[in-house]
Amino acid sequence: MSDNTINIKMNGVAVQCGLEDTILTASKKAGIRIPTLCHDDRLEPYGGCRLCIVEVNGGMRPLPACTTPVAEGMEIRTETEDVRKIRKSVIALLLSNHPNDCMRCESTGDCTLQDLSYEYEVDGSQYEGEKCELPVRDDNPFITFEPTKCILCGRCVRICNEVVMAGTIDFNGRGFDTIPDTAFGKPRSLDNCEFCGQCVSTCPTGALTDKKARGKGRAHEMKKVRTTCSYCGTGCNFDLNVKDGEVVKVTSAYDAPVNHGNLCVKGRYGYDFIHSDERITTPLIKKGNKYIEATWDEALEYCARRFSDIIKKHGKETVGGFSSSRCSNEENFLLSKFVRTVFKTNNVDNCARV
Amino acid sequence: MASKNNTDIKSLVIRVCVGTGGLAAGSQEVIDEFTKLLKKKGVRAEVLKKCVNKTGCRGFCAKDVLADVIVDGISHTYQLLTAENVARIVEEHIVGGEPVEQWLVGPEYHAFHDKQTKILLHECGHIDPEDINAYTEIGGYNGARKALTMKPENIIAQIKDSGLRGRGGAGFPTGLKWEFCRNADSDQKYIICNADEGDPGAFMDRSIIEGNPHSVIEGMIISGYAIGASFGYIYIRAEYPLAIERLKIALSEARSNGFLGKGIFNSDFDFELKIKEGAGAFICGEETALIASIEGKRGMPRSKPPFPAHKGLLGKPTVINNVETLATLPSIMTKGAKWFSSIGTEKSKGTKVFALTGKIKNTGLIEVPMGISLKEIIYDIGGGMEKKNRTLKAVQTGGPSGGCIPAANIDMPVDYESLAAAGSMMGSGGMVVMDDLTCMVDMSKFFLTFTANESCGKCVPCRVGTKRMLEILTRITEGKGKSSDIDLLLELGKDIKLASLCGLGQSAPNPVLSTLHYFRDEYEAHINEGICPAGVCKSLRRYTVSDEACKMCGKCKTVCPSDAVTWEKKQKAVISKEKCIKCGACYEACPFNAIL
Repeated sequence: MSDNTINIKMNGVAVQCGLEDTILTASKKAGIRIPTLCHDDRLEPYGGCRLCIVEVNGGMRPLPACTTPVAEGMEIRTETEDVRKIRKSVIALLLSNHPNDCMRCESTGDCTLQDLSYEYEVDGSQYEGEKCELPVRDDNPFITFEPTKCILCGRCVRICNEVVMAGTIDFNGRGFDTIPDTAFGKPRSLDNCEFCGQCVSTCPTGALTDKKARGKGRAHEMKKVRTTCSYCGTGCNFDLNVKDGEVVKVTSAYDAPVNHGNLCVKGRYGYDFIHSDERITTPLIKKGNKYIEATWDEALEYCARRFSDIIKKHGKETVGGFSSSRCSNEENFLLSKFVRTVFKTNNVDNCARV
Repeated sequence: MASKNNTDIKSLVIRVCVGTGGLAAGSQEVIDEFTKLLKKKGVRAEVLKKCVNKTGCRGFCAKDVLADVIVDGISHTYQLLTAENVARIVEEHIVGGEPVEQWLVGPEYHAFHDKQTKILLHECGHIDPEDINAYTEIGGYNGARKALTMKPENIIAQIKDSGLRGRGGAGFPTGLKWEFCRNADSDQKYIICNADEGDPGAFMDRSIIEGNPHSVIEGMIISGYAIGASFGYIYIRAEYPLAIERLKIALSEARSNGFLGKGIFNSDFDFELKIKEGAGAFICGEETALIASIEGKRGMPRSKPPFPAHKGLLGKPTVINNVETLATLPSIMTKGAKWFSSIGTEKSKGTKVFALTGKIKNTGLIEVPMGISLKEIIYDIGGGMEKKNRTLKAVQTGGPSGGCIPAANIDMPVDYESLAAAGSMMGSGGMVVMDDLTCMVDMSKFFLTFTANESCGKCVPCRVGTKRMLEILTRITEGKGKSSDIDLLLELGKDIKLASLCGLGQSAPNPVLSTLHYFRDEYEAHINEGICPAGVCKSLRRYTVSDEACKMCGKCKTVCPSDAVTWEKKQKAVISKEKCIKCGACYEACPFNAIL
């Protein structure tokens, strides 16, 4: 047995885990599901929602699985009656400060709170009292924030600060009145926000939603088409959410090998061109002041002729090739090869150098 | 030193309390007046400076301004002084040799002090907190000096032997905490003094720093050396300006005496301290939130483990000790573990400082040996109930997260285990005495209001749970309680205690749960009968006129703002239930106590 192995028991089953494991990561290895709301694999463990609490032998109180490191000989029980009762209580408290308007909520069908409410059969109706009544924040082009639906899991705040490091939002206020917000409650603008939508991607409820996709379809209606982002050379994977042949939203999953679900503003929101009327669909050749539609043969023949003329007249060093990061590696290689072997010049560059 | 008129006086010392309580009561004016008049009366100017000493809080705040006038070594203590009183004291006592009897402290002053055992507060009120020499003259810094000659492991062993437990509330053994940190492998460790005293009504940490700041610094040197920390922070709330000022003076004096800085006390140990002012969040008294605050983050706690002794400030092993804990260390070092462990009970050693407040005659700061009974505190030190015709109902200990102990249980000893077993806690040492005119539902509501407001908002049970509990309590006090509310409070309280992230949430339901345990009938009276037995909850008051007692004067009608009183000459008054807004004006105005 290696020194780096820790042996624990989870629901009676022996599990081997590593020194860095928490109870939650160990449970995933063991294939045991522990419910969470404030956890996102992209973020540091937080321990705020208290849904992942489990019983640990010898502990005075139940412990949160997400923040508690495993220790040799731990015996963990994830689904005892006491633990389930506390989870019910926590969900009920959350729902007691929630509009519970799932019928017309943008996130219905894609909401962890809704799923847990269903699973644990609670609706929070035993508590009457004050609810958050802050108005919808609709003041930026990409993100809609409905404070009434916020459960203060802190995922948006943490992804903005830990992953994006933009520091656009943090918690404002204290206790029941806490709310994630920009400094001084200013509208999100280019001054303070990158519009990457990472906050939307991690929100487990309908509090943060993609503005452009609102009203355009439920999660179950979307066909997800996995593709690679064409904007730069990083190669992020994402899923085009297609409904009735139209791309209405972009999401990304944690299993995306390069980006683990993270995207920037271009990848997440820069998809308008797909269905744009202004999109160029044939080659254009400039004649006088006008661009005239042409066939590919005409265009290629025109380019070949002009390049040959210029090289003949002014020499090979007067031409070059400049390719795009939106091209694949293979395409970039081909361009480089073409310029060096056909133009016989080393004038090759790429926009990624900018 | 002699006055011009009375040549028999050889020495004169006047000690005036200048803690925050004393200053608020006007001690600076009293000092100024003494200084002015003594000069006028011809007391020699060169010794005048030493003549009137500023001293820290002596704890008996109810009688501030307090001053000792010591003529030729014979001390008389005056109470409730103002600047106007000074002239007569100078004239009759200092010059004339006859103390002003009517202003001298009474037997309750002595009773207040006699049952106390003062280790921490011993010097408070006796030495000048702004003069390091006053501290060194009475043996100050000898504890640190001695510690630096010892092996850190031996210091830790001595603290473990003493049985000292953390005075911040949880009562974790101090030596054990140090050992965890000492054994943690790291290039840098930190010691932090938690002076973010936030419990309403608690002011023991403030008084220790104001009265004897060097004892805290010395404690930090000892603990820093023991755990291997060369740097420490004193995290103190910004609302304590006088304590901060005195700490700054003390730090600078300690530095210039070579007690802080490089190679302190001519050893090879470097130690430096920095003050970090908190911005007024109660939660920053919780150690992980305090660390976050020092790191410049929002003051929110994180889950433990890992504990700060392993991963604390900036990820380095850190010990956080309360002011009281640290100030206890010098005397344990000089007098030994055995001496300390001889005081107190089997599991709770030493003394504890309490802020005694509420419906009690002698309010103030007291230091008592662990294991003393609540009864002795209330009746011997506290002098019994404030009003003679009132009876003791309960004592609330442990601040806003503590619980209530009913009058029937006051023979119980005050120690960590007994208080916890009674559903309360030691906490930082708040002690609120309540009489029979206190409504326990209203009292719980008061404390819950505090904790709900001060919840940081991170975890659900505390953020939403305390809010819902408060709403339920509010509706009960307004006469809108439901029969299911008691069960709901019990369930919710239990879940909040179990599921909350930090000590705030884990203890916030205590006032409600303990009063539900001991005073459930009061809750039931509010809910089922619409009555507040103590007559506190305004919405449940019903004002009626007693036919026997009413003398038909009509005063109630003249003061009623809502025209609810019907009265005509030679007729008894009648109060309309519909029109009455329950303001209580008639109740207070009636000269014959005829309004019930």
